[in-house]
Amino acid sequence: MKDTNKPAVHPDRPAARKSTLRGRTVRTAGGLSVRLDPRTFTVVVLLVVAALFASVVLIGTGDFPIPAADVLKTLVGNGDAGQEFIVTELRLPRVLVGLLVGLSLGLGGALFQSVSRNPLGSPDVLGLAQGATAGALVVIVLTSGSATAVTGGALVGGLVTGLLIYLLAWKRGVHGYRLVLVGIGVNAIATAVNGYLITKADLVDAARAVNWMVGSLNGRDWEQVWPLLALCVVLVPLVLGNARGLRMMEMGDDVSYALGVRVERVRLLLMLAAVLLTAAATAAAGPVAFVALTAPQLARRLTGSPGPNLLPSAFMGATLLIVADWASQRAFGADQLPVGVVTGILGGVYLLWLLVTERRAGRI
Amino acid sequence: MIVDSPPEHRTVTPTAASPKRHAIRAAGLLVSLGILVLVALASIAIGAKELSLEQVWHGLFHDTGTYGDVVVGERLSRTVLGLLAGAALGLSGAVLQALTRNPLADPGLLGINAGASAAVVTAITFFGVTSVSGYVWFAFLGAAAVGALVWFLGGSRSATPVRLALAGTAISAALYGYLQAVMIMDNAALGKMRFWTVGSLASATDETIKQVLPFLLVGTVVALFLARPLNAVAMGDDTARALGANLNRTRALSMAAATVLCGAATAACGPIVFVGLMIPHVVRSFTGPDLRWILPYATILSPVLLLGADVLGRIVARPSEIQVGIVTAVLGGPVFIFLVRRRRTAQL
Repeated sequence: MKDTNKPAVHPDRPAARKSTLRGRTVRTAGGLSVRLDPRTFTVVVLLVVAALFASVVLIGTGDFPIPAADVLKTLVGNGDAGQEFIVTELRLPRVLVGLLVGLSLGLGGALFQSVSRNPLGSPDVLGLAQGATAGALVVIVLTSGSATAVTGGALVGGLVTGLLIYLLAWKRGVHGYRLVLVGIGVNAIATAVNGYLITKADLVDAARAVNWMVGSLNGRDWEQVWPLLALCVVLVPLVLGNARGLRMMEMGDDVSYALGVRVERVRLLLMLAAVLLTAAATAAAGPVAFVALTAPQLARRLTGSPGPNLLPSAFMGATLLIVADWASQRAFGADQLPVGVVTGILGGVYLLWLLVTERRAGRI
Repeated sequence: MIVDSPPEHRTVTPTAASPKRHAIRAAGLLVSLGILVLVALASIAIGAKELSLEQVWHGLFHDTGTYGDVVVGERLSRTVLGLLAGAALGLSGAVLQALTRNPLADPGLLGINAGASAAVVTAITFFGVTSVSGYVWFAFLGAAAVGALVWFLGGSRSATPVRLALAGTAISAALYGYLQAVMIMDNAALGKMRFWTVGSLASATDETIKQVLPFLLVGTVVALFLARPLNAVAMGDDTARALGANLNRTRALSMAAATVLCGAATAACGPIVFVGLMIPHVVRSFTGPDLRWILPYATILSPVLLLGADVLGRIVARPSEIQVGIVTAVLGGPVFIFLVRRRRTAQL
């Protein structure tokens, strides 16, 4: 029985071990204290700056290019009428949807990877994306429904799939490995159902369905922004409030119990939050591939700190999605290639690299 | 805690098995063959168009070109393809499970089918290959590439069934993403490919069968002859070496056989998951761990599952039909989850 319960810190990576002791403790007068890790803090700030910068550039990109200075001027309300219409009515909502979707996917991915204790255990691999897709396809293929109905279908599909995975993985608690394998099984079933729905559709609906399945930000407007924003405002603080428990749970359930974490409760709460975030993001933009998988991994490599890295992952997700959307528009022209294709290609390459390095580190 | 432990060395009891037990198992093999014949007949007799047994008989043995005879002819090639592809998938699943000592190995689950599919779609869309005999080589290439990757990952000291299955699923997700990107760029490809990518026997023709038959035969024969050396591999590297097994040759041959079998099956009928996972588990429950029995049983019983699923898909959705790949996934998914939840498998 080699390698069972391998500690999160690998013995031949002394840097990672040392980093658990990093950071400065900040105490307030009221007796509260918080540990502040300068490197993580810097990474978060830099990612926020990068996301905002990319957003401004993305707003300026399109068939009618607008210089960054004018974009900023318009955003604070001093632009001319034409630019104002393009920015606030057409491009700003799209960028905001992109930011929120990326944020939700990054956070959801970090939560899932932490709970499943596996760098590949992200919601898009574990069937949530396929489940949400099944919900959307049912609406597209069986009812040829409106965009709003499709969004609703995806939301319901994602939530039902998340619930199903949790219940099937439950057996006196949810273990990481059982969660992963049940997710894989559910993923296979959902993939088959989606294939079936596509073969049932006529070619127009099938094309619409396949386009939706790639994930795109085209034509997103304020209608998608508000629900997502509301959800993020509620869930992000909730998740961050439980981050301590999650971090302890990475040491194993028994240890966390002993340290006073109510393991199953925290896990249920966080998984519910992750499912909601992922389902809502998928409903808004389609199952954008691999953001949930790569964002937490990249964030972790930037901060160099163990633990779930929730906030950096979320902002990394937002940055990734906006940059990918910008890249697809620059490389292929406005609205030619959906953002999901770009993240899919980049994510696929990254996945390969990740598999090779994780193998070398003995985590696969 | 039982998280992620490496596979137990499967204990192969070198039974000086009593002749009686041998006789029972051989008889079981005959019974399975009988079941296979029945399912194959059902696959010819049952379909969207209802035929009387008399018409089926007429179509099989006195083909005069009536409408019923044509239907029977089409169902016959479909059934033959189902037999071949089913055997190929089941065998490659059993060989992969023995080779990687991973109870959750399945060509579909490890992403090998997805690799073959991605290569076939590439061949059809970008290289204009149209015949099965042309793109079967691409299917081998794709299957071999993913197979090599899985092999590389599985060779890691800490590789566990869970991690391998997860890696395979992630690889499949990436490859299916690629398929979708191809399909949205090209509506003509979507029209053709959406039926092929779910895994179906409906497009079977005598031509397809002829083109993949040599590969499937070679793969099957090689795989069946590997039973003995694979038995040794299952005992762990050191024991196998001590027993005089040529580890590297066995591994290379097994991997080649599994790749050829599942590449050819995928080229002929698209990616089909879970057949290679379910049948070896079912077989193992009554033959025990001896591959000399598992492999022949898997060869006979896997087509029973595939053809049965195909017939089921035709009955359930009359007058249309559900593709066999979808039926096996919907049936196999719950079986997979059951295996996962069962304590013993989880500990493997």
